[in-house]
Amino acid sequence: MTEIIVVTSGKGGVGKTTTSASLATGLAQRNHKVAVIDFDIGLRNLDLIMGCERRVVYDFINVIHKEATLKQALIRDKRLDSLYILAASQTRDKEALTQDGVEQVLDELRQDEFDYVICDSPAGIERGAHLAMYFADRAVVVVNPEVSSVRDSDRILGLLSSKTRHGERGDGGVPAHVVVTRYHPEKVAEGDMLSLEDIEEILGLSILGVIPEHDSVLTSSNQGIPVIHNPDSHAGLAYEDLVARLFGEDRPMRFLDVPRKSLLKRVFGG
Amino acid sequence: MGLLDFLRAKPRNSASVAKDRLRIIVAQERNGRGGPDYLPLLRSELLTVIMKYTKVDIEAVHIELDHEGGQDVLELSVTLPEHSPPAR
Repeated sequence: MTEIIVVTSGKGGVGKTTTSASLATGLAQRNHKVAVIDFDIGLRNLDLIMGCERRVVYDFINVIHKEATLKQALIRDKRLDSLYILAASQTRDKEALTQDGVEQVLDELRQDEFDYVICDSPAGIERGAHLAMYFADRAVVVVNPEVSSVRDSDRILGLLSSKTRHGERGDGGVPAHVVVTRYHPEKVAEGDMLSLEDIEEILGLSILGVIPEHDSVLTSSNQGIPVIHNPDSHAGLAYEDLVARLFGEDRPMRFLDVPRKSLLKRVFGG
Repeated sequence: MGLLDFLRAKPRNSASVAKDRLRIIVAQERNGRGGPDYLPLLRSELLTVIMKYTKVDIEAVHIELDHEGGQDVLELSVTLPEHSPPAR
């Protein structure tokens, strides 16, 4: 059985690609056969985050247009044998992505016995975002603790329940998990950032994982190594927890406490 | 927070302002979801008419679509400002 998981958000820059890369890697680390597909046609980026940008020969649109086979276009990850990347095309023609084409690629991945297909959605609610979520069995909605991101994610949750194959069948739509990224416990403690409880209350969904804002996310993307590979990174460990929770493991939320300040700092600020 | 910050009167924290604003806008947008496509246009035209005849604050106008027993009910509520003193 192949499970198709879309990573989406509505708003841009919240951490969809970072989350897709670490989620796909985490699943492959558990010995599942995983493909991760970049749906951001025209703005290919997943290849950079996965560190395979110089090995892209054929892309998603080439496969849809039958200019290459899926086997030729899938890039095997350097670190994990069971992980494959399908890059987005650099074409500016977004019409190139068709519903039939996407369905054919996903069907072929099913036949090739992939356990998971991660669809990395572009920002917005246009064609690429629509098709990334349309065939999904499950959704991971990435949210930042910030007003525009929360509002957009609620909009996306609405689309997941109606404008998807599951939604059209009337079976309640695509089940969704919420992942909060770029979380600053200090700002939450100071009352200047929405807390997890606030976000849960507004969206009416429980949160699957929280990824703290951490320098390691930037250094990992600089290096092209998904942050989940970094055992010293709080963000990486939080992604590892998130993957474990997808399999029903009970992992308490970590890295939500504010580091204690020294007395001097507390009195004089800083 | 340092000593100086502590002495400064702090306004209501911004996260709770964010939460209140989100609660309202998200509820409003969920309400319009699945409604007829003309709803946003109807809403803005209704607002234009109300603004033409009254001087109410746009936030005092509530337009909601409710579903009651298989029927859609469009609810419009406008809180009119108190009478301004008559012109002298």
